Amino acid sequence: MTMDVLEEKTGIKGAHMATAQAAINMQENKPVKMQGKDVCVHYGNKQALFDVNLDIRQNEVTALIGPSGCGKSTFLRCLNRMNDTIDICHVDGDILLDSEDIYDPKIDVVELRARVGMVFQKPNPFPKSIFENVAYGPRIHGLAKNKAELEEIVATSLQRAGLFNEVKDRLDEPGTGLSGGQQQRLCIARAIAVSPEVILMDEPCSALDPIATAKVEELIDELREKYTIVIVTHSMQQAARVSQRTAFFHMGILVEEGFTNDIFTNPEDQRTQDYITGRFG
Amino acid sequence: MKDHIVTSFGEELKDLAARVVEMGGLAETLVKDSVSGLLRADSELARRTIAADKRLDEMQNQLEEQCISVIARRQPMASDLREVIAAMRISNDLERIGDMAKNISKRTLAIEGSFSCKQLALGVEHMSDLALEQLKAVLDAYTSGDLEVVSLVHNRDNEIDALYNSIFRQLLTYMMEDPRNITMCAHLLFCAKNIERIGDHATNIAENIYYMVSGNHLPMDRPKVEEIEISE
Repeated sequence: MTMDVLEEKTGIKGAHMATAQAAINMQENKPVKMQGKDVCVHYGNKQALFDVNLDIRQNEVTALIGPSGCGKSTFLRCLNRMNDTIDICHVDGDILLDSEDIYDPKIDVVELRARVGMVFQKPNPFPKSIFENVAYGPRIHGLAKNKAELEEIVATSLQRAGLFNEVKDRLDEPGTGLSGGQQQRLCIARAIAVSPEVILMDEPCSALDPIATAKVEELIDELREKYTIVIVTHSMQQAARVSQRTAFFHMGILVEEGFTNDIFTNPEDQRTQDYITGRFG
Repeated sequence: MKDHIVTSFGEELKDLAARVVEMGGLAETLVKDSVSGLLRADSELARRTIAADKRLDEMQNQLEEQCISVIARRQPMASDLREVIAAMRISNDLERIGDMAKNISKRTLAIEGSFSCKQLALGVEHMSDLALEQLKAVLDAYTSGDLEVVSLVHNRDNEIDALYNSIFRQLLTYMMEDPRNITMCAHLLFCAKNIERIGDHATNIAENIYYMVSGNHLPMDRPKVEEIEISE
């Protein structure tokens, strides 16, 4: 029921008044970091996204939710041009990073992916030492002048990823020897080592146990202070826990987007309601 | 609305709602019986009402446990979450309504036989009719989700408040006329206050239904009769 109808039906003025929490949220409108404008994506003849318009705000966690095949991962992969690697994939519309079109031919994709980093579903450390896993990015981007600086970057990144204390005595051991949760935090350390502005996470916890998941979620909350985070997750509870804003995709359409609080207590669209309450048939 | 994919979840929510309705029915009976026990000086009915309130308390405990279990196991979202929270809150109000009815019955036993003023009886009866009407309306709205009824109940509570104030004045007069009336009048005053509170609980229930159905809160500024006014 829309709010106007509510007001008319009940005769109560201000029935549309947002909750106190929403009012608090309103005051915290952060600046827009990334922006999708009329984004359409085709895989060959099949259209995967239809005119998606979505703002990603700075220093916030934006969760993308929706059933499998709804286009949420496709949208996420557009944000750092990961879809470029798929030949049949074609992206229309604009995706802006700080008001600059990232699909502009002048954009250096390698540099873009340093600014917009990514963490994948399955931890995928390089078959190298823990140190090298984190040092690789800063080295190829020339972020460190000497060995001491590189060591400093590696240590800070591991600290920010909440892993340093667990691995500081065995930095030369292979990254693949860590537990699943540690490997995922290593991948997060690797992503933040190149000082990105935005971190994209594609179901970062789906291969982790609840304790490792909790650690990553705690980490996401801390990282939000420095970075802008976009996370795709199948766990509604996780989206509710970690994000400030939630966007619900269905069949390639962005159905609803808003404050996480509102989406999970009082969504506007019936499809969102059906999905998050487990009524999708 | 569509059914849940997990049918047992849907059934649990339906069961919660059914329990609220059952509690509502019992609370209504308790209020009706307590007032008619008072007006007809029926001690037997009063005793039965006191005993029946225990059942309402048990039902509330069970319902609360079930709500907690649903939250823990299902992590309800959106309208489901609102339904569970509303069931918990509404059952709380219904349990309190039962307590009010029990208190009226206890006072019925305390003033056994000495309540004889017809005019006063009429006032209390009228008040209880209004409160029962409110209660019945919100319980119906709980099932139908009719927000029009909900806001109507919400705005009508001041009629009960006004009636309470007039009974208060009447009782004062009786007490001043003859000090032997004081015990009976004091009990009766508490009975009237209990009925007035039943109206308040019905208003609370209306607020919870409004939130459950719409996801929004009713505005706070409903018409009120301040009790201060009666001291003049």
